[in-house]
Amino acid sequence: MRSASPGPVIPWWRDRRLIPWLVQGALAVVLLVVVAFLVGNLVRNLTAAGLLLSWQWLGQPAGFDVAEPLLPFDAGMPYWRGLLTGLVNTLRVVLLGLVGATLLGTLAGSAAFSSNALLRALARGYVELIRNIPLLLQLLFWYFVVFLALPNGAQAIQLPGLVLAKSGLYLGRAALADGVWQLQSGLRITVEFAALLTGLVVFSGAFIAEVVRGGIAAVPAGQWEAARSLGLAPAQTMGRIVLPQALRVIVPGLNNQYISLAKSSSLAVACGYTDLYSVAETTLNQTGRAVEVVLILLGSYLVIDLLISAVMNGVNRLVQLQER
Amino acid sequence: MVPIPQPDSAWRRVRRQLFASRLDGLITVVLLVLLLSAALGIGHWALSQAQWAVIQVNSTLFTLGRYPLEQQWRLWLLTALLAGASGLSWGLLRAEPRAGVNARPWPRNDRIAVLLLLALALLLPAALQLTALIHLRWLALAVLLVLARWAAGRWGPLRGRWRPLVGLLWPVLYLLGMVLIGGGLGLSPVPPGEWGGLLLTLLSASFAMLLCFPLGVLLALGRRSALPLLRWGSVLYIEFIRGAPLITLLFLGQNILGFLLPGGLAPDRVWRAAWVLTFFSAAYVAEAVRAGLVALPPGQLEAARSLGLAMPQALVHVVIPQALRVALPAMVGQFIILLQDTTLLSLIGLLDLLGIARTVMANPAFLGRNAEVYLVLALLFWCCCAALGLGSRALETRLNTSHTPAKA
Repeated sequence: MRSASPGPVIPWWRDRRLIPWLVQGALAVVLLVVVAFLVGNLVRNLTAAGLLLSWQWLGQPAGFDVAEPLLPFDAGMPYWRGLLTGLVNTLRVVLLGLVGATLLGTLAGSAAFSSNALLRALARGYVELIRNIPLLLQLLFWYFVVFLALPNGAQAIQLPGLVLAKSGLYLGRAALADGVWQLQSGLRITVEFAALLTGLVVFSGAFIAEVVRGGIAAVPAGQWEAARSLGLAPAQTMGRIVLPQALRVIVPGLNNQYISLAKSSSLAVACGYTDLYSVAETTLNQTGRAVEVVLILLGSYLVIDLLISAVMNGVNRLVQLQER
Repeated sequence: MVPIPQPDSAWRRVRRQLFASRLDGLITVVLLVLLLSAALGIGHWALSQAQWAVIQVNSTLFTLGRYPLEQQWRLWLLTALLAGASGLSWGLLRAEPRAGVNARPWPRNDRIAVLLLLALALLLPAALQLTALIHLRWLALAVLLVLARWAAGRWGPLRGRWRPLVGLLWPVLYLLGMVLIGGGLGLSPVPPGEWGGLLLTLLSASFAMLLCFPLGVLLALGRRSALPLLRWGSVLYIEFIRGAPLITLLFLGQNILGFLLPGGLAPDRVWRAAWVLTFFSAAYVAEAVRAGLVALPPGQLEAARSLGLAMPQALVHVVIPQALRVALPAMVGQFIILLQDTTLLSLIGLLDLLGIARTVMANPAFLGRNAEVYLVLALLFWCCCAALGLGSRALETRLNTSHTPAKA
């Protein structure tokens, strides 16, 4: 019986059981007021501008072209189709970028454990060089300084099965006709796409290399020694003993790097590649539908992030399962 | 097999490190040839083909953007104040007694730094072909910094009661700097639209760094809070921000903020971008700080509480300092990314360092000078980011209070 006990009466605002509720109540009120203020302004301003939330405009013809669409697209098609084309273009560069960055990162990360000092220094130098320069600057460099400087026509760099020209990268067989390269069989990649992909792979590769290096460093030295004393070659030691164990540490770190690569692909506009963001920017300029366009953008990237996370969580379970 | 200890000659070391096996030797030779040819190619290009006039002619544009010419004395004054304050802080930091380290007035690293500084002040204006007057000013600034460093190291330890004022030095200087740059207090205003180049890059980065830090700490505490509303609010915010690319958030700031606020209240485009950078980084800083909080044993908070400290006291005096020490490397990593992310301002039409560079290259007189400009920008960013990383590592060793005895 509290009332029976003598002593100072605790005022209600210092009651331990009440304080959490008071704090949360105050927070809720503040949040509600702020949100109501912002939404009220939004509705008022949008009504005044005649732009109240609506999705009708998505069905109107877009009137712009998308460079190198993977889905068939022309200016007569509706806006939603344009945005979808942009999304598919984003997915294309993200998927290829993930594969490339993983390969490069694994190579550079394992090179940090090479017996060759020069190779170790080179791997270290690559990571330190790339991580301290902004990605946007690197993308502009790859596009304007490297790929746009490629010669055209007969001066193009010709390698077996590969022609590097300003008009594009031709994988497979290509022939020169009237000073212009014509693809006969294989694949043509535009310099815009090539610059974006190279930039993303080189940049993310450096971060993945650090993840891989950390993972390998986490494998106890005894595992290396045991493998070597069983007579395994260095490549076997790495591939069969160390990497599978390192993967348990590497995979969660890779998840973060993959998501960051997907988000970084939105800088495609710097290389003149048409991705989701650049289509959305054009759409906003034409329709003025700022709120809807931003919602679509944020939603799309969120879905991509969640997809990557879901896949990587699956991979993580696979990798962790082998632990006994 | 027990290795027989042998004197490790240089030749033996080279053989072990580079030519241990036939494959190693092959790799070494191929890499050496590649590296040498790349270095020769770049050197040849830089000395004979590159036209560096684009940097020399536009150096003011790169550093200040379109800042009005007649007001530039304010920036010189600010630079002088910064140089003096850096020298003072440097000297006081060195004068501080440290356990296990013999306090020496001029350690080797400091002498190297002074030499580098003076060399930079002499060579950089010469390389940029600036006028003799500006040449002299840079030299004076470098000398001022070194003098301040010397004076603080000489007399700093004697005046213990001035020590608390040093902590106030930088915040006051920052506010003063904002007044000097933007105007007010009798100075004619220079609107943010006229700030540009390196000035805008450093200003937006430092603004976001200063403000995202307390925000991030609050968010991290909120995410670990026992109150569900606070916790879920923080989680929602952090995950929303981390799920979106920065460019879409900048895009949101430029295009939607005007609708969210009553007419005329929306800040200038530069400030909008700076605030977006702040709110963006806060989510990432929060995750770094949270990792630090998770690493802290719960006994620390319990002990503080059982000593009778109130929750805010326990957090401020016991929990947060320890968590920040763990979070420091990740936080500096985030600051480095933040500095790099300021380049995205150029994509929304602001004239930061990269934005100015792109307008310069659009000038027909400098068409095709991409390689020169981008290389110089890359070098600048690389130096800034690498310096931040080095500073972080130095601070880490300094703050390392793990209970292992310091090396004598």
